Amino acid sequence: MDTVDDIATKQEEFEQDGRAPVVAIDNVYKSFGNLKVLNGISLSVARGETLAVLGRSGTGKSVLLRLIIGLNQPDSGSIRIGGQDITGLPMDQLGLIRKKMGFLFQHAALYDSLSVAENVAFPLRHHRREMSGSERDDRVRKLLAEVGLENDIEKMPSDISGGMQKRVGLARALALAPEILLLDEPTAGLDPISSGEIDELILKLQREHQMASIVVTHDMFSAKTIASRLALLDQGSVVIEGTFEDLRQSDIGFVKEFLMHS
Amino acid sequence: MPAPAAAHSIALLINRFFEWFGELGIFFWKVARAAVTPPFEGRELLRQLDEVGSKSLPLVALAGAAIGVVISLEARYSLSRFGAKSMFPATLVYSVIQVMGPVITGLVVSGRVGAGIGAELASMKVTEQIDAIEACAINPYRLLAATRIVACILMLPLLTIAADACGLLTGWFAQALVEPLSFHQFIESGFHGATFNAFLPPTFKTAVYGLIIGLIACFQGMRTRGGAEGVGRAATNSVVLASLFLILADVVLVKFILVVFP
Repeated sequence: MDTVDDIATKQEEFEQDGRAPVVAIDNVYKSFGNLKVLNGISLSVARGETLAVLGRSGTGKSVLLRLIIGLNQPDSGSIRIGGQDITGLPMDQLGLIRKKMGFLFQHAALYDSLSVAENVAFPLRHHRREMSGSERDDRVRKLLAEVGLENDIEKMPSDISGGMQKRVGLARALALAPEILLLDEPTAGLDPISSGEIDELILKLQREHQMASIVVTHDMFSAKTIASRLALLDQGSVVIEGTFEDLRQSDIGFVKEFLMHS
Repeated sequence: MPAPAAAHSIALLINRFFEWFGELGIFFWKVARAAVTPPFEGRELLRQLDEVGSKSLPLVALAGAAIGVVISLEARYSLSRFGAKSMFPATLVYSVIQVMGPVITGLVVSGRVGAGIGAELASMKVTEQIDAIEACAINPYRLLAATRIVACILMLPLLTIAADACGLLTGWFAQALVEPLSFHQFIESGFHGATFNAFLPPTFKTAVYGLIIGLIACFQGMRTRGGAEGVGRAATNSVVLASLFLILADVVLVKFILVVFP
């Protein structure tokens, strides 16, 4: 098995090869007990690209994101992040890979005992120990300004709206300047105006940071706005993958039905 | 219930029992490994020392004081019946320091801290905050579990000393109200001929209670499933199981101390 140093070397080598996909999922299966969730999924995302994963509720979209960041392990298949297969990696080695990823949870998953600023500072405090307090504060303020919350830094998560919580979650996900951004239902449960603002924000961040992004959503409008490519899942398998136009012109019954109801 | 169904239920129960211990063992191994490998979470450990130690002190002191009065009343009555009133100071000192002080401290901390840790971690688990910590490339076994368990291990002996001191003080006071007895006389008579072996092992055995309370509360909290009901169940199970294992461990520890420190 690779050591922490081996993984760091592989990651450096990979960064010099600009053509390879940053995230490569190959023939991944995942079940929970008797429930088959993912059924041989293969997907890949390159630098600067945004892939939207669509599908009905319970088709394994969020599970796919959890597998990519290593919160769950696939039953079989491989998941390569920056060329490194992360399946079965122990926690300390997985940590090296995770530092390159930012994750926005569906319900933001903010630390409820910490303020907005402390939530964003949390990854910096642990992984940028060389940063002085004032440097960290500046970085936090800058990140919160990027998501439009520079005036709410002292508030607690319980004192802000769902949309604002997602923005804080996004700022926290961006704290370590990740190369890969994973977004789980970024607009779910938000009003249309807040959804539009979140979409705008994601587009702006993609333009500025050139990350590879995977967005899980069932919001077709949002997917069409922010993604360069879409993948539609049904019963744990990819039904179709391509641009929005590819989906629109598809003759597959499920695709037509999904678009019709979106 | 028909015999095969009953046998099946019993087999299932035994299976769950061993499964629980197996999972606890794996959890303990992960925490122990995380606790001794850098980076160390000194800031969080200090916070937990305050949480477990300073904030439990008033309760533990009150419980110790109450136990001192109870033992004083009971001992005076019993010793008078057998004409052994002169043995009162030694009886109180040995009862409080060797028997009641450690157990009462353990049970009070188990109730306050065990329930607190169990509920806090369970709530973090069901709201995906623990996943968010892991997604930030931070080891939750190190940050959340190791710090809390180490704090319990370090604080229990200190809290026991506080409970013992309060117990002796109120025990003497209850006696002095009935019959004149100076505190100096009480201490001199109570500790006459005593060695460190008589008092140090019973006090420091509470470090094992701390391990039990911290380990079980963290384990129950971090394996929680099922929303608010799961959080409630984790808090209850943490207290019940920690208290039960604490009393069972006391049986072994008392015998161990009698053999090793005769």
